[in-house]
Amino acid sequence: MPDLLKLATAGSVDDGKSTLVGRLLYDTKSVLADQMEAVERATQGGGDPDLSLLVDGLRSEREQGITIDVAYRYFATPRRSFVLADTPGHVQYTRNTVTGASTAALAVLLVDARAGIIEQTRRHVAVMGLLRVPRLVLAVNKMDLVDHDENTYWRIAKEFFGLTEALGYAEEDVVAIPLSAKKGDNVVLRSDNTPWYEGPTLLEHLESVPVAGADHSAPLRFPVQYVVRPRTESHPDYRGYAGLIAAGTVRAGDEVMVLPDGQRTRVEGIDTFDGELDAAHDGQSVVLRLADDLGIARGAVIAAPGAPEPVTEFDATLAWLHEKPLKPGARLLLKHGTRTVQALVGAVTHRLDTETLTLDEDPGELAINDMGQVSLTVSEPLPLDDYDVVAATGSFLLVDPQAGDTLGAGLVGRPLVAAALD
Amino acid sequence: MTAAAVETLHTDQLDALESEAIHIMREVAGEFDRPVILFSGGKDSMLLVHLARKAFWPAPIPFPVLHVDTGHNFDEVIAFRDAVVERYGLELEVARVQDYIDDGRLEERADGTRNPLQTTPLLDAIAEHRHDAVFGGGRRDEERARAKERVFSLRNAFGQWEPSRQRPELWNLYNGRHKPAEHVRVFPLSNFTELDVWRYIRREGIELPSIYYAHTREVFSRDGMWLTSGPWFGPRDDEEVVAKTVRYRTVGDGSCTGAVESDASTLDEVLDEVRESRLTERGATRADDRLSEAAMEDRKREGYF
Ligand SMILES: Nc1nc2c(ncn2[C@@H]2O[C@H](COP(=O)(O)OP(=O)(O)O)[C@@H](O)[C@H]2O)c(=O)[nH]1
Repeated sequence: MPDLLKLATAGSVDDGKSTLVGRLLYDTKSVLADQMEAVERATQGGGDPDLSLLVDGLRSEREQGITIDVAYRYFATPRRSFVLADTPGHVQYTRNTVTGASTAALAVLLVDARAGIIEQTRRHVAVMGLLRVPRLVLAVNKMDLVDHDENTYWRIAKEFFGLTEALGYAEEDVVAIPLSAKKGDNVVLRSDNTPWYEGPTLLEHLESVPVAGADHSAPLRFPVQYVVRPRTESHPDYRGYAGLIAAGTVRAGDEVMVLPDGQRTRVEGIDTFDGELDAAHDGQSVVLRLADDLGIARGAVIAAPGAPEPVTEFDATLAWLHEKPLKPGARLLLKHGTRTVQALVGAVTHRLDTETLTLDEDPGELAINDMGQVSLTVSEPLPLDDYDVVAATGSFLLVDPQAGDTLGAGLVGRPLVAAALD
Repeated sequence: MTAAAVETLHTDQLDALESEAIHIMREVAGEFDRPVILFSGGKDSMLLVHLARKAFWPAPIPFPVLHVDTGHNFDEVIAFRDAVVERYGLELEVARVQDYIDDGRLEERADGTRNPLQTTPLLDAIAEHRHDAVFGGGRRDEERARAKERVFSLRNAFGQWEPSRQRPELWNLYNGRHKPAEHVRVFPLSNFTELDVWRYIRREGIELPSIYYAHTREVFSRDGMWLTSGPWFGPRDDEEVVAKTVRYRTVGDGSCTGAVESDASTLDEVLDEVRESRLTERGATRADDRLSEAAMEDRKREGYF
């Protein structure tokens, strides 16, 4: 069974992202005949089919001629299956980049070889770095328009490596590939036009890059979603705690603590529909039975002993996703794992200047697409981890208590301050 | 350990998709008062029922299932639906398009197609039973307008999908807040592809209605598709009925769901066929999606899926 790579793409308008994604789908034969016919019909003025039309989505976008939302694409090769979060490049849609990056194991950033690294590229790299997307690919597109010039490629690649190094990326986690989405050079098939380039094509890289293996040695974090109490004839007294293991490994017999109260107990059994397990890892949906009945409800976190003390006051980096700006003193809802609590916004201490990737102090508020540092107070103690230590329990949403809209995405701790290129 | 790496599962791909779907179903059970599963007896809704059994085991599925019955059914599918309901002790709610036509609330269309008529009975049933979460079997690989669908898709009091109100979904934190009379459509199979669905059906031994497998059937050709001949479906005078070996890739309203010519009579043969297929599931078999490029988007706005 092939494994699964979740990736995100980002680029500025007209860098050729739709064409590149269309090219990947087309060259991996993921485009079916009826879709291709529709594209051929829609291609203006005949000629080669415009592959960007394959990934063109909602009608409102077609009318505006831009992509305005995250779209998910699926393609597969014999070696791997891919879920691609296609995120648009418009400046005002940085929030979509954040959304796509939140689940990506790899990000492909696109630049136009004629323009090189621009502000939008810096912003995207900063977002990817902040969310700790494990691997980055720079696609230097439209190489056909710069005569496949090696020096142009290297100049752009070096500038990019400079940025990623500053954000803490190791050399082996970043590659830059010269390609032409329109003509197909180095996307799936190796190009004769770039004999000086010895690296992989984009698809070769996507197929072979090690998928960051789940870190089973992380400390256990298991947010309880639902209490299973059948009260049926076959299971009159059964009580189990259902959830998805957010981090680490759990074994039958393990000592655990239940947060936020901190009671200790032992895992008596790990149940699934398909039978009992001795151990289970992050990413698995299971039901845990515990030795003691501690009155646990949805929202509790079953954790390895030694988890940080739950807190009611903490610092966080926010990506602001909503037109309504964030102001100090705002009363919001905060969703962390399976628990939703009230939150009060204290000071907004920093805002990232995406042009210079430096921090502005005391910006007063955060507007849509801003990233900034805030202090928060919550109504009940939360079992938080630093995002950089355990991302799954170090992330949260801020929600409008009236309208219900998702307003912001939060990373516990001060990753923004740590990442800024001061 | 990053959220991204948590996403990239060590376990194999079907396990990952299954765990994700179970997680979504449990979130809904934890946060909503009156969820319901849309259940037609078709393969995607069978997957939903199977996943719900797994999600809440050893307890029974904690919510009912709802069938929007167009009245243009395949007998095999209705019999199958009832057998499944019986076997798992499900509570079945049925919203009947026929009732609406009989008392004049809806009018039969000139082309006889009833898929577009499902919206009103569906929304009425949701309102009547005060369902606040409605599970559907939609997948993002089905169609371009679906590629951007959220896992939790907010619908206003008229069942409509408003692009600007859809919320960004980060990590696996789903926001199900809604106002009274609004509801949320939930798509646990979002990240399955058609091939994943069939692989999962094989792995789990999920039983399906017989019309998914090759059989001989009297059909006639309309708009380049093989439609079944039957009391409601046609043919018209100028359409010739022939016997063909066919199967269905989707199960919907009989008047507009096309059969494909196929010899695939076993699950393995169907899998091979899906792998080799050169047409999307919808392009091959749904007349109503082919009406216009934006047909699906328009119907979604109206409150259909
Ligand atoms: N010459 C050349 N043109 C390209 C290439 N990739 C994309 N384009 C063109 O650049 C324009 C913008 O491409 P599109 O994919 O729509 O960009 P997006 O806005 O980033 O999605 C279109 O006219 C494409 O045909 C390339 O590799 N070479």
